[in-house]
Amino acid sequence: MSSTIASRKRRNEQIAFWLFRLLSFGVVAILFYILYFLVSNGIKAISWEFITQMPEDGMTKGGIYPAIIGTLYLVAGSMIFAFPIGVASAIYINEYTKDGVLKKIIKQMTNNLAGIPSIIFGLFGMALFVNQLKFGDSILAGSLTLGLLALPVVIRTTEEALKAVPDTFRQASLGLGASKWQTTSKVVIPIAFPNIITGLILSIGRVSGETAPILFTVAAYFLPKLPQSIFDQVMALPYHLYVITTSGTNVAESRPMAYGTALVLIVIVLIANLLANALRKYFGKKVKMN
Amino acid sequence: MKARKIKEKIIESILLASSSITSITVLLIVVFLFSQGVSLFGDSTVEKGSVMAVNKNNPVKELTGSQIKEIFDQNVVYWNEIGGKKDTIILFRIDDIGNYYSDEEIGENFEGLSECVSRLVDSIPGILAYFPEKYLSKNFKGKVLPLEKVSLKTLFKGKEWFPSAQPAAQIGAMPLILGTLWVSLGAILLALPLGLATAVYMSDIAHGKVRRVMKPLIELLAGIPSVVYGFFGLIVIVPLVQQVFNLPVGETALSGSIVLGIMALPTIITVSEDAMRNTPRAMKEASLALGATKWQTIYRVVIPCSASGITAGAILGIGRAIGETMAVLMVTGNAAVIPHTILEPVRTIPATIAAELGEAAQGGLHFKALFALGCILFIITLIINLLVESISASNKHKSH
Repeated sequence: MSSTIASRKRRNEQIAFWLFRLLSFGVVAILFYILYFLVSNGIKAISWEFITQMPEDGMTKGGIYPAIIGTLYLVAGSMIFAFPIGVASAIYINEYTKDGVLKKIIKQMTNNLAGIPSIIFGLFGMALFVNQLKFGDSILAGSLTLGLLALPVVIRTTEEALKAVPDTFRQASLGLGASKWQTTSKVVIPIAFPNIITGLILSIGRVSGETAPILFTVAAYFLPKLPQSIFDQVMALPYHLYVITTSGTNVAESRPMAYGTALVLIVIVLIANLLANALRKYFGKKVKMN
Repeated sequence: MKARKIKEKIIESILLASSSITSITVLLIVVFLFSQGVSLFGDSTVEKGSVMAVNKNNPVKELTGSQIKEIFDQNVVYWNEIGGKKDTIILFRIDDIGNYYSDEEIGENFEGLSECVSRLVDSIPGILAYFPEKYLSKNFKGKVLPLEKVSLKTLFKGKEWFPSAQPAAQIGAMPLILGTLWVSLGAILLALPLGLATAVYMSDIAHGKVRRVMKPLIELLAGIPSVVYGFFGLIVIVPLVQQVFNLPVGETALSGSIVLGIMALPTIITVSEDAMRNTPRAMKEASLALGATKWQTIYRVVIPCSASGITAGAILGIGRAIGETMAVLMVTGNAAVIPHTILEPVRTIPATIAAELGEAAQGGLHFKALFALGCILFIITLIINLLVESISASNKHKSH
């Protein structure tokens, strides 16, 4: 009697486990299919010309060079703004404040900022940078908007990196008579540095694909020349993909261009992730040996 | 020594200033969003500088924006349908003046125009005149209707969204709010079972090796830009939905839900897997030691134990879905009507902002209405974030 119960139990368990395995592999298969679909179609469109030429014939031929350069400018601009401020504020939160009201407020506000949808950043960027401060549709306005969006990401990853530094290091340094800033700059930051850079790379991956914040702050529909100053508009990869799939002059004919652009975006994210993982692994070992 | 102290102080204040930037940004976002959004109320839906007037014997005292639209669309043709007498409504626009008066009466430079309008409104009992305010004569013989001001009721009860309609803009956010909720709830209904199954599998069933491959892959997919998912949805999901359900167009709420569901999967999986892995080992081992099978341990111990983490993941997924812009914009068809089935095109709040802000004149009614939508979206996502935080805070409290 008891053996049949036990075997029924085992059978139920087997059924449940197979069901779960099936569903999970289904999920992985869907995700893999998306990657495969985009990569296999995109690879046909990619050539040296594709990444070095201006778009031609209503964006159905030629390349996406100005969009790549535009995205590079925006990523660089947003990081120049967000990285120092993000790192500084994480240092303040983790090294300088004690648990208290101030720390709570700063963390709460950072969380709130992280939860705001990207389209709201777009609205805000337009209202403040484009209209109020009169930057116009420009690299400056777009970079600042993207920078604000990336700020919580930089703060969180830097905070994690600082938390991973053992307290004994700080105590040893302070015990030797070093000041707070000396301890932070000479001991804590060098140890946390690889992980801070990992955060930077991840936020670059995030920023390069954002579309909604740049819609009304910088992105140009078609602009086959490179920007001369930070007050110029630029094309950008994600916006380019959006316009050629939905509102281009000839949506069907620019399809290969769209596949190519999507692949370039995926490759950026892929590289950012792989690089971040590799760094984390490499330096993770090193710190442990210390 | 003193110089060092000063340096320390300066550095500390720089750090403090940097860390206050997020708070300042949040406050600025609130200020800009709400100052624009709230200035919508008190504006009229009828174009500025225009007048609506009726005959002085007409008992109708005011017209709402939607009534004006119904009249101008000729869905309402008798005054008694909107609380007046039994007369037919005779519409008069300023361009029609030539049908009633000769060029001499109007005058070469329209100097007689205001007088003509006044006489016309006086002579036709069923008239509804819509004309620029500058042609309103000083001794106007008709009755000028007060223009309806936009209120919260207009925004939340209005069933139509035509912000650039003439003569009265329709800014009912109901179809957009419903569209957003339909698409997001659909996404979560699709993603939650799949995501949970994957999380259970990864945390308690799969070998460490399988998990080590799956986890980074899933995290990688969280990083792919939404516009790429939208592109994939447009090319693969939309035609698929169209074929399977035999529809005239494939851009529907369902397509949006599927794409958003795929996008929400990584969030749900990572958050709930983390929660499940945080189940105390002692509890699992106690259950197994009492003779429970692994499966019994999972659904009697692990899942109840991580319930709040799973809830947090699900709510976070909904939050992401509600705020998602580009993917939804590309696959839902963007029809601003209240949906009846999930196989109809819908339009969400973020997609509306993204699609229309470019063409809305700055400071106009349409522009302000889009900011008001932004306020609604901001409040919804804020509530969701606070909910997630309070859930995970209570969770932390429990596990200590």
